Amino acid sequence: MPPIVSVEDLRVRFTTPDAVVHAVNGVSFELDAGRVLGILGESGSGKSVTLRALIGLLPPRRSHVEGRISVAGHDIVNMSDAELREVRGTKIAMIFQEPMTALDPVFTIGQQIAETIVRHEGVPRDAANRRALELLEMVQIPSAARRLKSYPHEMSGGMRQRAMIALALSCSPAVLLADEPTTALDVTVQIQIIVLLRQLQQELGMAVVFVTHDVGVAVEVADRIAVMYAGRFVETGPTDSVIRSPSHPYTAGLLASTVLGAAQGTRLEAIPGAPPDMTALPPGCSFAQRCRFADKRCIRDLPPEVALASDHMVRCLRVAAGEIPLARPKVAETVR
Amino acid sequence: MRPLLAVDGLTKHFPLRGGLLNRTQAVVHAVDDVSFQVEAGETLGIVGESGCGKSTTARLLMHLVPLDRGTIAFDGKAIGAREALSRRGLHRQMQMVFQDSYASLNPRLPVATSIAFGPLVHGLAKSAALSRARDLLDAVGLDPLLFANRYPHELSGGQRQRINVARALALEPRLVILDEAVSALDKSIEAQVLNLLIDLKGRFDLTYVFISHDLNVVRFISNRVMVMYLGKVVEIGPVDPIYRKPKHPYTRALLSAMPSMDPSRRTMEAPLSGDPPNPINPPSGCRFRTRCAFAEAVCAEVVPALAMDDDGRAVACHMLTPGSGHSRA
Repeated sequence: MPPIVSVEDLRVRFTTPDAVVHAVNGVSFELDAGRVLGILGESGSGKSVTLRALIGLLPPRRSHVEGRISVAGHDIVNMSDAELREVRGTKIAMIFQEPMTALDPVFTIGQQIAETIVRHEGVPRDAANRRALELLEMVQIPSAARRLKSYPHEMSGGMRQRAMIALALSCSPAVLLADEPTTALDVTVQIQIIVLLRQLQQELGMAVVFVTHDVGVAVEVADRIAVMYAGRFVETGPTDSVIRSPSHPYTAGLLASTVLGAAQGTRLEAIPGAPPDMTALPPGCSFAQRCRFADKRCIRDLPPEVALASDHMVRCLRVAAGEIPLARPKVAETVR
Repeated sequence: MRPLLAVDGLTKHFPLRGGLLNRTQAVVHAVDDVSFQVEAGETLGIVGESGCGKSTTARLLMHLVPLDRGTIAFDGKAIGAREALSRRGLHRQMQMVFQDSYASLNPRLPVATSIAFGPLVHGLAKSAALSRARDLLDAVGLDPLLFANRYPHELSGGQRQRINVARALALEPRLVILDEAVSALDKSIEAQVLNLLIDLKGRFDLTYVFISHDLNVVRFISNRVMVMYLGKVVEIGPVDPIYRKPKHPYTRALLSAMPSMDPSRRTMEAPLSGDPPNPINPPSGCRFRTRCAFAEAVCAEVVPALAMDDDGRAVACHMLTPGSGHSRA
């Protein structure tokens, strides 16, 4: 079976009056139906832009998208707005970090879900209302019938996030894009949403692309993790091998700088410096300035993708040449 | 030994007014009868979810909002009372760093001027204040030649937070309150700022009150930790025993809600359902009872007191208080 999502050499740049921002610089990946890809990266790494490109949500006049994106056989990059509207919702849907701004404040949750179903499936309003109720029950909103009549501001943060998931799933998309959906939530609510998303993903057999900056969240949801830095995937592999044996110096540094398991009061192994300016990327490896292993080649040449194993890819000249002893960090102690 | 900071019975209720005669419609119980102490040289972490009162506690300590009831004593001197430490005197001893690094700096002042502002107000000569600002820039790892004359918008989030730390240290305080000071930063930058905070603590003999929602960061930086829920302290004590063997059901749930870092041991079931209740008209008795699996009749009737146990830990739960009337007590 062909992959449900396939992205080839995706490049996105934004034109501002002062400069051109190179947000995504050659991202390629494939995602099979029913699998979960976690994109892990810090702010400005291009992870959310990649996600928006997948559903054709980038502002057309200010952004320039190159490359090929295929979602369930549809060529997203070259579609018209009308065609995109047909694909969105039924083939691909997205949930956002802030449900308060993603939901319409002047309509009830029930109206918003039913409107989507009527619009896409052309069913009568009362059938759509029944589906809306089922959807709220599916995302485990208590007293769903009453909640259908609630406005977004009447719900708590966790409840709004559930309502947004119900809305996104209303037309049974094959692919769900999740843009940091748990970041604004408290820990005890975050874990509820993670468990719910994982359960729905398995029951409905959806493919999910989950963007996060939180290593722990990525580990909880993703089958595969792609680590993104300065608009490129620098390491991609099964969650287990990326976490247990990170190969790219950035991944290793990111894991070492999360405080989990670090001895109390000791200094952390922080990555020095800051991410590069996306308006003037260096010609070579964009992590070279911060990398303790970098040499002249790293500053000059752009590292290609190199396969370490059949399913584990890394972009680092020195790792590819076998010159860096691969770090094997201790598996973090989990608090239970 | 006398604690550096002793807080007793701290209470803050915010009335919500509205309606015809602008009468009080409801009361937000932001902080309710909170008592704790901070020893000189230690770091006390305060954790809890949104609405638990951790930031209000910080603002009460700094006297940024007036308190309703309770006492705060700094180094044995009561604050606010007669012949006690004045507010100005307090601010020489206690300073604060906020979460939003941009909003807490004046956008129209070069950062060195922002840092020198406090010492100037407290009577230091201008040249001396500016020279102190330069020394502090150096101490927080920013080259004074490059950064002194920059404006906040010209700096990255991590650099701005370093400026805020420098400004907090400008009056040479003994205690610094860090209210979600690293929460808005990316992980790689967060690690740099945490390292800086540890270095500065040793160098300037500081005491920290470190407020965060990030349980990992609090474990890393704190000696003791205080867990809050809806305006109440539920558990307080040394950090390792609490993280290894939490006693209050809320602390237990909070810690097990942290995402697992081990792909083979994912969290299969959320420890709590629903969101934290609203601090407007919180539940009677134990405020956690509405989400607690062990709640019984007594939990709705009696407010559990913080009971100190042998290992320096205090927990507010009827299950741990013999004779409370709870079947598990």
